[in-house]
Amino acid sequence: MSYWFRNDNRLPQTRLAVVSYVIVGMIGVLLLGFWKLQVIDSDKYGQMAEQNRVRSIPIIAPRGRMLDREGRVLVDNRPSFSVLLLRDDPKLVEQYLPAISDGLGISMDDLHEQLQNTRNLPKFQPIVIKPEASSADLDFIESHRSDVPVLEMLSVSRRRYLPNGFLAHATGYVGEASEQQIESSNSKLRPGDVVGKSGLERQYNDILMGTDGMRRVIVNSVGKEVDHLSQQDPIPGKQITLSIDMDLQQVAEQSLGQRPGAVVALDPRNGEVLAMVSRPTPDPNDFAVRISAKEWKELNEDPLKPLLNRAIQAQLAPGSVFKIVTATAMLEDHEIPESFTTYCPGYATFFGRQYHCYVFYAKSGAHAHGAISLHEAILKSCDVFFYTVGMKMGIDRLSFWGDKFGLGHKTAIDLPSEEPGLMPSEEWVERVFHRKWYAGEAISVAIGQGAVTTTPLQLARLIGGIASGGVFRQPHMLKGVKDVPEERVPLSQHTIESITDGMYGVINEPGGTGGQLKLTGIEFSGKSGTAQVIGYDKMALVRKGTKFADNAWFVGYAPRRDPEICIAVLVQESGQHGGEAAGPVVRDVVKAYYDKKNRKTNGTITAEERGANPASGTAVIAPAAVLKEAAPATPANTSSEDRNER
Amino acid sequence: MKDAPGSRDYDWWLIAILMAICALGVLEIYSATHASGGLAGMHYKQIRWLLFGFAIMFALSRVDYHLILDQAPVLYAICLAALAAVLVLGNSRFGAKRWFSLMGQQFQVSELAKLIIIIVLARFFAEVRSDELDLRDLLKAGMLVGVPLILILKQPDLGTALVLVPMLAVGAFLAGLKWLHAGVFTLAGVLLVAAVFYPPVSKHILKQYQRERITSFLHPEEDAKGSGYQLLQSKIAVGSGGFWGKGFGNGSQNQLGYIPVRYSDFIMSAWAEEQGFKGVLLALGLYMALLLRLVQNAQRAKDRAGMFLVMGVAAALGFHVLVNVAMVIGAMPVTGIPLPLMSYGGSATLFVFMAIGLVMNVRLRRFVN
Repeated sequence: MSYWFRNDNRLPQTRLAVVSYVIVGMIGVLLLGFWKLQVIDSDKYGQMAEQNRVRSIPIIAPRGRMLDREGRVLVDNRPSFSVLLLRDDPKLVEQYLPAISDGLGISMDDLHEQLQNTRNLPKFQPIVIKPEASSADLDFIESHRSDVPVLEMLSVSRRRYLPNGFLAHATGYVGEASEQQIESSNSKLRPGDVVGKSGLERQYNDILMGTDGMRRVIVNSVGKEVDHLSQQDPIPGKQITLSIDMDLQQVAEQSLGQRPGAVVALDPRNGEVLAMVSRPTPDPNDFAVRISAKEWKELNEDPLKPLLNRAIQAQLAPGSVFKIVTATAMLEDHEIPESFTTYCPGYATFFGRQYHCYVFYAKSGAHAHGAISLHEAILKSCDVFFYTVGMKMGIDRLSFWGDKFGLGHKTAIDLPSEEPGLMPSEEWVERVFHRKWYAGEAISVAIGQGAVTTTPLQLARLIGGIASGGVFRQPHMLKGVKDVPEERVPLSQHTIESITDGMYGVINEPGGTGGQLKLTGIEFSGKSGTAQVIGYDKMALVRKGTKFADNAWFVGYAPRRDPEICIAVLVQESGQHGGEAAGPVVRDVVKAYYDKKNRKTNGTITAEERGANPASGTAVIAPAAVLKEAAPATPANTSSEDRNER
Repeated sequence: MKDAPGSRDYDWWLIAILMAICALGVLEIYSATHASGGLAGMHYKQIRWLLFGFAIMFALSRVDYHLILDQAPVLYAICLAALAAVLVLGNSRFGAKRWFSLMGQQFQVSELAKLIIIIVLARFFAEVRSDELDLRDLLKAGMLVGVPLILILKQPDLGTALVLVPMLAVGAFLAGLKWLHAGVFTLAGVLLVAAVFYPPVSKHILKQYQRERITSFLHPEEDAKGSGYQLLQSKIAVGSGGFWGKGFGNGSQNQLGYIPVRYSDFIMSAWAEEQGFKGVLLALGLYMALLLRLVQNAQRAKDRAGMFLVMGVAAALGFHVLVNVAMVIGAMPVTGIPLPLMSYGGSATLFVFMAIGLVMNVRLRRFVN
C-alpha cells in the first residue's frame, strides 16, 4: 500500500461546520418553498387540481314536442352529437387549433372567430365548435383523446321538423341563443343553448325548453373519463298541442303549392288556427344545426322573402275583400239607404277623374254592370258601386269601421312578429305625411286599395267575425285554450244577414265572382279580392321596371252564418283574379274539413287513417291548371284605380 | 494493518435514516403506480434494488478505503474509458446515450462515474499537503473533473454533469480554497449560469432540448404541454396537498397521472400531495439528518482522505436533494436528477448505496491505527 495518506489527520473542522450550516440552510429554504405552496397558496392550487380533475359535461334536455290537435307529431327531436372545445387552458387550445382544424374540417379562420366571439365567457365553460358531428368527427375525437385532449363529444337532441317546410312558419325554428337573448334571460341561458328563434318555438320557448342537466366526471391527464362524481338529470321540455289540424294543413300546403302566398284557416267559434301556410318557405331542419352566415344572408336577401310568415306578416292591399267592410259600414251607418242602387257603365267620374270598374276591362265583353244594388255589388264585386258608397261615406266612417273590425291592429295571435297592417285615416295622413286628406282617397280605400293594408290572418278574423254576428275571437295556435279574448262589435241582425247572403251569393248565385267554387251540400260563402301590388314597395324596388301581376285574395267560410271554418288565402302576383287563383285553395280546405267531419260523424274514420302520414291526406286536390281552364276568362286587372293621379 | 471492525462500529443511526427514507420511497412508488396497469408492481422492483443496494453497501464497507483510494488512477482510467465507450456503443433512450446493458438491466454509466470522481477527488485532495489550496492544484482538480464532465455532457446528461461541480467545490473548499479563488470561481459560475439563461449565448453551448427546458422554466406559460406544464402540474400537486395532505393513494394529481414521472423524478411531488406539508417536513427532515450525519462522519474520520471521501458523497447527495426538490416546487428547471433513495431507479439507487458504503468504510476505520 502506498504511503500517501499517512499521518495526515489535519481535519478542517471549521469548514466542515460551515458545510453543516449550509445543509441546514438549504433544507430550510426548501421547506420555505413548500410552506409557500402548501400553506399560503394551498387554496389556489387546490382549485387548480380540482379543475384538472373534474370536468362538467352538460346533459342537454330535449325540447318539448309539438303535436297537432289530434296528437299527431308535428315537431320532435332526433339524437345527435356536438363537438365541444374545452378552453380551461387557452395556451393549450391555441396549440391544438391546427390539429382540430385538420381533424374536424373547420377552417382556422372559423375557429379563431368562434374563440373571439366567446372570449368573454368563463374559461371552464366549453364551447360548441361543431354542432353536428359526423361519425368521422367522432372517430377523430375518440382516437385522439391523448394527443388532442381539448375536445369532447356532447350528446344533444336536435329538432326534427316535417319535410318540405310543412307548417314551417308557424312552428318557427330554433338556433343558438344570441348574446342579447342570453343577457336578457337572467342567466338562465348559456352560450350554445338552443332556443326558439321564431314562430311557436320562440313564443312558447319557456314551455318547450327543458332544464339541462350536468354530469360531473373525473378525467385523467389524457382526458379519459375514469370516474363519475354526480349527475343532475335534465328536465325535458313540455310538449304543446296545437290547434292545427294536420289533415287540413296538408291540404292547404298542397293546394297552395309553390306559389308565393299564404293560407290561414280559423275556427271563428273559438279562434283556433286550423292551418297556416306561407310560401316560399325555408326548411327549418336546416336551422336545427347551426346555419352558416352565408346561407343566412342569402335567406335574408332573397327577394321572395322566404323567412316572412306571410300569414301574419304580409301587409298588402286587401282589394275587394275590403268591400265587406264598406258594405257593413253602409248598412250600419244608415246614411245611405239599403235600397241604394247605382248605375255602373264600367267607370265613374269623381272630381273630374275617371275611376274604372274592373268589368270595364273584362274580355267577356260586358264592360259594364249596369244598374246594381248592394247584394249584386258584393256578388259581382262592382267597383263603381263601392266607389260611390265610399265617396258618400268619407274616410272617417270607413276608417271607423275598419278599425272596429281590427284593421291596423295586431290580432294578438300567439306568434311573434305579427304585423298590424294599416287602416288609413285623416289623422294618419296628417301625422305621417303632414298634409290634408284628399277626398278622392276614400274612393280607393272603399275597394281595398290606396293605403289600406291587411294581413291574411286579419282578413280571416274579419270575415269570420262578421259572419259570426260581430264576434271576433282572438286567433291562437294552441288547442283547448279557455277564455279566449273576444271583441264584440254590435251589428244588427239584418246587416249580418244581408252581408252573409251577399257572400253566399258570391259562390252560389249566378254572376258571383266565385261561382266556379261551388260545393254541393255545403253553404260555402266568401269574398274574392284582386289587388294591385304597387303598394308592395320593397318588391317594387327589387324588381323595378317589370310589370306587376295582381295579388289574388279569397276569404271563404262555411256555413253561411256562424261559420265553423274561415279561410283566408293570398296568392301573390298570380296574375289571376282572386276567385280563380286563391278561391280553389279555400274550397279545397273547406271540402277537406267537411269530408273529415262527415266521416267522423258517420263513424267511419279508422285509427289507421287518423295516424296516417299527411301525404295520404284526406282531400282530393284539384290541380290549379284544370280550374283555370274551367273558369270564365276574366281579365287579370280588376281595380283600375290609378295611383299616378296623386 | 489490522482490520477488524465489529458490528458495534457501524453507524446504525445512518442506516436507520437510510432505511426510513427508502421506506417513504417504496410507499410512494406503490401509491403512484398500484392503480396503473402498466406500472403496477414497481415497488417490488424497487425493494429488490434496495436489498441489492444494502448488500453492496456492506460489501463495500469491508474493503479498506485506503485500498480503494490506492486504485484511484486505475478507476479514473476505467471511468473515462466507460464514458467514451457509452458514447459510441451505448443504448439510446429518450434521445440520450447513457445506458449499458448488464445482466439484462440497463445501467447508467454516469452513475458509476460520479462514484469514481468522488474517489479520485478524495485521493487528489488528500495528497495536497499545504493548508491552503494553491491555484495550480485547484486547476489540476478542475482538469480531473472537467474531462469526465465534458464526456457526460456529450451524452447529453446535463443533470449528472452538474453533480460533479459541487463535489469539486466542496472538496476544494475543505482543502483550503483561498477566498480570492472562491470569489473568482463563484463569479465565473454565476456568469456561466447567466449565459445559460441568456439565449444569444446559450444557443452555442446548450442543446435544443436543454434550452427549451430553461425557457419553459423561466416562462412556464409559453410551454403549455412541455416541461413548463410538468413544473406547473408538480406545483399544483404540491400546493393542493396543503398542510395535511390528501391521504395515501388519494392525490388526484398523482393518481390521475397529471404529475409527470410521478414514481421517479417527481416522486417528491406525489409525496407532498398525498402527505402534505407534514410529510414534506418528515422527508426533508430525514434528508437533513442524513446529510448532517455524513458531515459528522467526516468530522470523525481518521484522516483527510476519509474526510474527503465522506464529504464528496455528502456533496453529491446534497446537490441531488437540492436540485430535485427545488424542481418539484418549481424553483429550478427540469434537469432529470432523481431524488436519492426515494425515486425509483436501479443505477441511481445503487450509486447511493455504494457511496454510503464508502462512508461506512471510513467510519469503521476511525479508531484503527
